[in-house]
Amino acid sequence: MTQTITQKILARASNRKFVEAGENIWLNVDVLLTHDVCGPPTFDIFREKFGPDAKVWDPGKIVVLPDHYIFTENEHAHRNIDLLREFAREQKLSNYYDVGTKRYKGVCHVALAQEGYNLPGTVLFGTDSHTCTSGAFGMFGTGIGNTDAAFILGTGKIWEKVPESMKFIFEGEMPEYLMAKDLILQILGDITTDGATYRAMEFDGPAVFSLPMEERMTLTNMAIEAGGMSGIIAADSITEAYVKERSDKPYEIFTSDPDALYHSIYRYKTEELEPVVAMPHSPDNRATVRSVQGTKITKSYIGSCTGGKLTDFVMAAKILKGNTVSVPTNIVPATVEVAQSLTTEEFDGQPIIKILKEAGCTIAPPSCAACLGGPSDTFGRSVDNDLVVSTTNRNFPGRMGSKKAGVCLASPLTAAASAITGKLTDPREFLR
Amino acid sequence: MDTIIQGKAYVLGKNIDTDQIIPAEHLVYSLSDPEEVKLYGRYALSGVPIDEAGLPEGGHPFVAEDRFESDYSIIIAGPNFGCGSSREHAPFSLQVAGVKAIVAESYARIFYRNCVDGGFVIPYETAEQLNKTVLTGDDLKIDSEKNTITNLTQDITYELNPLGDVFNIVMAGGIFEYARQNNIINS
Ligand code: SF4
Repeated sequence: MTQTITQKILARASNRKFVEAGENIWLNVDVLLTHDVCGPPTFDIFREKFGPDAKVWDPGKIVVLPDHYIFTENEHAHRNIDLLREFAREQKLSNYYDVGTKRYKGVCHVALAQEGYNLPGTVLFGTDSHTCTSGAFGMFGTGIGNTDAAFILGTGKIWEKVPESMKFIFEGEMPEYLMAKDLILQILGDITTDGATYRAMEFDGPAVFSLPMEERMTLTNMAIEAGGMSGIIAADSITEAYVKERSDKPYEIFTSDPDALYHSIYRYKTEELEPVVAMPHSPDNRATVRSVQGTKITKSYIGSCTGGKLTDFVMAAKILKGNTVSVPTNIVPATVEVAQSLTTEEFDGQPIIKILKEAGCTIAPPSCAACLGGPSDTFGRSVDNDLVVSTTNRNFPGRMGSKKAGVCLASPLTAAASAITGKLTDPREFLR
Repeated sequence: MDTIIQGKAYVLGKNIDTDQIIPAEHLVYSLSDPEEVKLYGRYALSGVPIDEAGLPEGGHPFVAEDRFESDYSIIIAGPNFGCGSSREHAPFSLQVAGVKAIVAESYARIFYRNCVDGGFVIPYETAEQLNKTVLTGDDLKIDSEKNTITNLTQDITYELNPLGDVFNIVMAGGIFEYARQNNIINS
């Protein structure tokens, strides 16, 4: 019997040779991720269900990355960090990355990759819907609620329904004006926000495998925006090079059988695609940037787990170099590592940070910041009737703060081009 | 868990996201303090735009003002119920408001799992577009053994999709109870 990559990984995690789409199986979890918003309630359920003195199943497999409400005066937010700290101490969690220390990392999904927790063939669960990001490493990653996470904390196990898979093949080469964000927004417009519910989204084709890891993570990150259980890209030499630099743990590479069964297969001629944007208030509300060109915006935002990685800022710098932004442009590196590399990486002989600053951008410390609004003092939060062009992943009403504001999701190239003109602008205008 | 659930219908549209089920500003209440917990009931489904609240005509708040429980205990909805963030407060708030079951065309995965594993409410699926025929306020009866839902007001019975493998977790009352009964964890 043939299997997809997802079936093979889930079979391995349940000590079986073969699993069928649709069956419920028990999995052995390799890594459990949690953060400052869902960690505290998860720990409460854990204590309630396993007893006040219970120990977690394996302290080395739990990764706690506070990232959501970090740079704020909000009391509830601080209380949450205290609760994480206390639990980490009590349970001797060595993978706790405390705020205000040298260990602080930033946005969990990017930090997981950078700290070597994403390993091909493994199974990772997290209390955050964008945990599907990790699938870029040829592994299974998905989000869960607090009860499920508490169950894993105590047992290391969880049930999951083996998903059917959908395949998205990008033929040909990536043109210089497109980014992974354009590809995933293209898919979302085609299949809509529940087009992949309870399924795995597998990305394939030469254009996908030409992408660096960070761009691949943008594809898998937004699988949840189509309702997907997970997004996945088979590991190749680019994945291995990235992983080996950051981990010495063993891993196993799986690929889909050539005749594996898919729910559906979509093929794209990558060269024929255009820069696109998801207009308010849904990630599937796709339009080509050309067709909405000239729409006035009030802010540009480049950041988050999906749009705040080094490659995102390199591409933004490519557009911004020698130009000045005409609307407030907020830059939020996803992690400390990204923030540091902005000073060491160069474009056209100049450090990225210098290009961004000279163009007039404001740069914030790494965290989720205004990606999900956050407390009222959060950096970059939308106000009133703002129309923000943003490299984030969700544009539901009120997502970035103000309920009256709108968010246009776009690639960093498009967000940078639009920042210069103050209107939605096709990046090709600046790449000529 | 009872095998018969009877109650009044509250009808909603499609893509009801977790922010409509319990808006983010209400996530601050304690999940264990009984007085604060009641507030989750009061604000359940308070994010649904008023003209879509209680179809077909809308304008029926799910929980009447100054109350903590709803008169409706069975929710009827279209596809993709519970999409959006992974907040477990969403099925919890429905439970606190007195909801016993939801019957929708489909669910977002994390919400579905939260309903089942937390033992909050039973998420039934049906191939029928029930939100086109059931009216808010109709008397409904769900039979979990026969997998049917009967609209007592209109005297029509529809099939529900079997709960399949999650049936046992639902009947146990959640994943912890299920795991104890099956010796997956020790009691
Ligand atoms: S950056 Fe945004 S989408 Fe990513 S984890 Fe943080 S809040 Fe969620």
